[in-house]
Amino acid sequence: MGGQVARWQYLNPGKTLAETLNISHKTLLYVEGVTVSFDGFRALNDLSFYVDLGELRCVIGPNGAGKTTMMDVVTGKTRPDSGYVFFGQTINLLELDEPRIAQAGIGRKFQKPTVFESHSVFENLELAMAGDKRVWPTLRARLSGEQRDRIDEVLGIVGLREQARGLAGALSHGQKQWLEIGMLLMQDPLLLLVDEPVAGMTHQEMDRTAELLRSLAGRHSVVVVEHDMDFVRSIAKRVTVLHQGAVLAEGSMDDVQQDPRVVEVYLGE
Amino acid sequence: MIIRAMKDDTGGQILLAVLLAAVLLVPILSLAVPDSSPLHLSTYTVTLLGKYLCYALLAVAVDLVWGYLGILSLGHGAFFALGGYAMGMYLMRQIGDRGVYGDPVLPDFMVFLDWKELPWFWQGFDMFWFAALMALLAPGVLAYLFGYLAFRSRVTGVYLSIITQALTYALMLAFFRNEMGFGGNNGLTDFKDLLGFDLQSDATRAGLFVASALALGLGYLACRIIVTSRLGRVTVAIRDAESRTRFIGYRVEQIKAAIFTFSAMLAGLAGALYVPQVGIINPSEFSPINSIEIVIWVAVGGRATLYGAAVGALMVNYGKSLFTAVFPDAWLFALGGLFVLVTLLLPRGLTGLLRQRSAG
Ligand SMILES: Nc1ncnc2c1ncn2[C@@H]1O[C@H](COP(=O)(O)OP(=O)(O)OP(=O)(O)O)[C@@H](O)[C@H]1O
Ligand SMILES: [Mg+2]
Repeated sequence: MGGQVARWQYLNPGKTLAETLNISHKTLLYVEGVTVSFDGFRALNDLSFYVDLGELRCVIGPNGAGKTTMMDVVTGKTRPDSGYVFFGQTINLLELDEPRIAQAGIGRKFQKPTVFESHSVFENLELAMAGDKRVWPTLRARLSGEQRDRIDEVLGIVGLREQARGLAGALSHGQKQWLEIGMLLMQDPLLLLVDEPVAGMTHQEMDRTAELLRSLAGRHSVVVVEHDMDFVRSIAKRVTVLHQGAVLAEGSMDDVQQDPRVVEVYLGE
Repeated sequence: MIIRAMKDDTGGQILLAVLLAAVLLVPILSLAVPDSSPLHLSTYTVTLLGKYLCYALLAVAVDLVWGYLGILSLGHGAFFALGGYAMGMYLMRQIGDRGVYGDPVLPDFMVFLDWKELPWFWQGFDMFWFAALMALLAPGVLAYLFGYLAFRSRVTGVYLSIITQALTYALMLAFFRNEMGFGGNNGLTDFKDLLGFDLQSDATRAGLFVASALALGLGYLACRIIVTSRLGRVTVAIRDAESRTRFIGYRVEQIKAAIFTFSAMLAGLAGALYVPQVGIINPSEFSPINSIEIVIWVAVGGRATLYGAAVGALMVNYGKSLFTAVFPDAWLFALGGLFVLVTLLLPRGLTGLLRQRSAG
């Protein structure tokens, strides 16, 4: 069993979880036959979904289709009733809790932006930074020059250099979204799950976000959930349409838009 | 490290300076200045001040978990009492054959219960270092086990506060029982000396005052080092957005358990210094109301500042001494009223008011 291997390898002190990752088949995330029920209501219904290494994938679907729930399952927030979720071929995500999944290399931006409001923007990035996050090393941690540079670089990427010393709680909605994306970058994950990144953004801000997400693909795999069709069109190569907790269609934006089932449930509304 | 921890902490700098001055002055005013001088500090006053300092340390410990970690502990009185009992057990064993029954090993209450030998958990308490270690370890281990179980099952908020109250209440009931072997409802008392020093002497009292001041100062510094470290920033992150902190890879349960344990050990230290000064430890120290009182000190002084907690403990207890001299039975009402007033009018406590004044 792959899960057994993952658990055993985690216990092996010589290797970190991220090092046990096996992606020789070029598929980074496997979600197979996942079902999640809330009081009998199936938020995910036998969902299967795969993400390739380095790809930028958009997930669309009407409200309540199960997009956020899918991310909850992958990041360990929600346990499915059945199904498999693997990161690479060996790491069974259903056996890991949220911090271990994060350490394995999966980062997440929430639908409702959540940053640490009483910390400065700089500190938010510092806390998210990849590294040894156990108690004692965290107590002793000092920022090296290299790490400062990296934080500064990310501040530049997300356009928050001027706000670096200000409290994250004082940022505008759009800036919080960016800070959260910046925190994702600091984690340096292999897989980024980005839930509704442009909600509350101006068109200009949206364009910059699109550019940013495009630039991340390749080095990272990025899964973006978004309702704004123009935005999706501007970044997506492949689009997955979720409906009632299962994949309704998958393909290029044009393909899915012409799919009559998609038109019926979603685009035609 | 210390300089970095204290750099932006004016309130803390003042607190440490005052403590340092007290460490130098109080022994002189108590021991060297003659009784007739108006500057002379009586043994009573020195002991009272020493007691306040123990409360201040306890309040700082509570502020660390409440102000910075967001855990409203209503059970820190239990950790304080456990530290106190560890010290009390040492002091009991120091009595030796000077007890009423004159048994060379068994404390009086055991002779009274017709016990023939010392229970296993009283072994080793004739040694000061062992008792001192236990004063830290007993609360520490209890806090770790409690924290591990509670945090792992993700109990938070009001529910967690209620369990901490239940914890101290259960311990109170247990310590009331004679069979537990901690002196039942009388507790431990009639202490004679500590490390060979007579507990009734002025010099010993001054020494205990100095020890309490140093413990408060060092405990304060340790807490500052934690809250100014990255771990401290993670702690505040947990307070403000716990699940977000998990999703960036921190093991929230472990961090909570670590901070909670450290805080409980500080509370135990405070209790261990408190007992030789007041001369008694009994199960009423576990009373749930005690733990609530500590939280009120912190709220009055100003949460999440550390020095505010110390100031709150000193002021409320000074007020309590004055108040109970006039209206001995009405203190709980006054305390409740104070808490309501502070919560409504001064959400940042008294030190918050001062900061506002100096800023505006
Ligand atoms: N914790 C929960 N308890 C009960 N029902 C839930 C829970 N979480 C989600 N649901 C339900 O599951 C369904 C899928 O929700 P989900 O948040 O995944 O949708 P979504 O596709 O992200 O929608 P949106 O576009 O509005 O964000 C919804 O009907 C929702 O009400
Ligand atoms: Mg959603």
